Amino acid sequence: MLVAGVDVGSTQTKAVIMDGSPRVLGRALVDTGARVDRAAQAAFESAASDAHVAEAEVDFVIGTGYGRYRVEFGDDQVTEISCHARGASFLFPGTSSVLDVGGQDTKAIRVGEEGQVLDFCMNDKCSAGTGRFLGAASQALELPLGELGKLALTARRPVRMTTTCTVFAESEILGWLALGRKVEDVLMGVHVAIASRSISLLRRVGIEPEITFTGGVARNEAMVNLIEQLTESPVNVSEESHFCGAIGAALHALDRVVAGGTAGAGADAVGAGGDAAS
Amino acid sequence: MTVEEKQPPAPRSELIGATRRESRRLMEGWWQRLSDAAADGRPAANVFVMGSAAEILHAFDIVTCFPEITALQTAIRGSSMDYLLAAEDHGYSPDICGYVKVDVGLHLKERRHPMGTLPKPSMVVATNMCNTYVKWAEIWERRYRCPVVVLDLPGWRGSGFEAGRDGFEADRRYVEGQLRELIGVCETITGRRLDIDRLRESMLAVNRLSELYRDVLAENRHRPAPFNAMLDGVNYMGIANIHRGTEEGVRFMQVALDELRERVALGIGALADERFRLLFVGTTCYTHFVRFLELFKEWGGVFVLSEYMTFAGGGIDKGIFYDTDRPLESLAEQLLLSSQRSMSGVFYSQDWHDQVVRDYQLDGICFHGVKSCRTISTGLPDLREWHMRRGDIPGLFVQSDLVDTRLWSEAQMKNRVDAFFEALQSRRLMRER
Repeated sequence: MLVAGVDVGSTQTKAVIMDGSPRVLGRALVDTGARVDRAAQAAFESAASDAHVAEAEVDFVIGTGYGRYRVEFGDDQVTEISCHARGASFLFPGTSSVLDVGGQDTKAIRVGEEGQVLDFCMNDKCSAGTGRFLGAASQALELPLGELGKLALTARRPVRMTTTCTVFAESEILGWLALGRKVEDVLMGVHVAIASRSISLLRRVGIEPEITFTGGVARNEAMVNLIEQLTESPVNVSEESHFCGAIGAALHALDRVVAGGTAGAGADAVGAGGDAAS
Repeated sequence: MTVEEKQPPAPRSELIGATRRESRRLMEGWWQRLSDAAADGRPAANVFVMGSAAEILHAFDIVTCFPEITALQTAIRGSSMDYLLAAEDHGYSPDICGYVKVDVGLHLKERRHPMGTLPKPSMVVATNMCNTYVKWAEIWERRYRCPVVVLDLPGWRGSGFEAGRDGFEADRRYVEGQLRELIGVCETITGRRLDIDRLRESMLAVNRLSELYRDVLAENRHRPAPFNAMLDGVNYMGIANIHRGTEEGVRFMQVALDELRERVALGIGALADERFRLLFVGTTCYTHFVRFLELFKEWGGVFVLSEYMTFAGGGIDKGIFYDTDRPLESLAEQLLLSSQRSMSGVFYSQDWHDQVVRDYQLDGICFHGVKSCRTISTGLPDLREWHMRRGDIPGLFVQSDLVDTRLWSEAQMKNRVDAFFEALQSRRLMRER
């Protein structure tokens, strides 16, 4: 039995193929770009190739993420909130709180014992304090995104950013540099601003250990460090954190197949869109 | 069973659908009166849903125009942005109340509305129940040089909304004095003295309207809920406001109640498949009114009750019992009590939410923050959190606007609504195991 989860995020699209055990057999990551449907197809094909299976062998595909309805080859859709909750509980079964910082939004989720969503909170319509803010810093400082965290950790006197607005980030960063502040101190200021905003969202749903940090920004070691400091708690981060939403989607797909469901049957705890049985 | 053997469908009760037909007829009639007043210059007053003093205005046959209602009607008809942008071009900030900007745009465009023509206001009646009301009234005052009566209604921070409490009588007399000033303005504008018997008739009609309205709200305790507090609720509220103190208003509410009782008897719900019962807190997004409801309908979610049906009703939800033997005294008393209940509702709404969640057997609460109205939106995320932690009542917080389409984001709205229902569904399944 094979299932797939395709997480079409605003910045990147992730796909995983899982078997019934359940185990991740293959994964793929592509930039979403302007053609959301093509990104979803490309990620699915790459994940199938990585798993050494034919696409046609996959029994059930669930799309998630903001572009979930553009996973046209998929069988059903589930929101990324439910998928991140489920994926985080799969990766770390003791998870009670999930923080997902993605490219354009941040989600704080309180999770039940079986990975069900108990409560959630998201950032506002704007992308202030999300991964996009780090992207703006990366551009302003002309540094690769992947190096920001490491460099920020060398800061000695972090600046205090006055904004988490992505639009104003660049001018504020340049302003600090013009005042002679070191790049690493400015960078750490950027990280602190995002972490503080993320923690305030997490507090809205209640911070309960274990905390699992998911999404692309969880690969940034400075952010992990700051989240641990601010929550005064160790934070779970998996090698698969970036794929957490896709894994959750695949697990929901697996529930449907196990329950003998077809598309829209709503056999698992989340169900399928408006057609789900309650 | 063959096609020939099929039973004919059960005869549809004439009561079903009567409320919407009557609502449409009354709304068209109201617009006709507004347009007639615009054409022949008969006295018209701009008033607000919270504290319209309609009883007095009706006694003088002054046409009442509700700019909040006319503004939201432009949004439902998809033309609010034409007016709103005209106001912004004129210099109004994107941050201020969307209703105000739509109304300013209407006045800039010769008061031509998709449903008719607005009259020039002969006078304005406002209260301090919304801080924007006063500044809004000043716009008309400057433009039309019309008199503005702002009723200053003393607040009360606490519970115990009885007429007999300490200090109430002084406040009541203060309000009564202002009502006498309002009557003086009406007499000047119409050239007529107040007919106290007309005022009594109007007050008696409000008593009956209030009684019927409370019965209407109570009908939604049934499962399935016979009406949607957002869709039908806006109709009930609109007619209750524009026909407050008239026999037509009373008749309408009786029609609504009769239909609801019929629906309950026949087991007809607002949704064919009601799965989740919700309370709506805030004011809705009229720009995407139908779409917003669809997002909930897809999951079998029905709004059984809406806070809007209480605070925008001028006190009729809690019961208004005018004593027509002492009309002005009683009018001041009830106006004061209803304003204090509404305004204190902002500070103590959690208690009311708790109660209705129990009474109406609700599954959760949807909080809708209005970007251009901080007055009713402040504190909603905290309220959501409070209910979740204290009573384990699931809450959804979403934001958009009353009339500004730029503040609606389809993908984000749908994402949050879907996630909320996924969580509600998994809660239910876990409970059933």
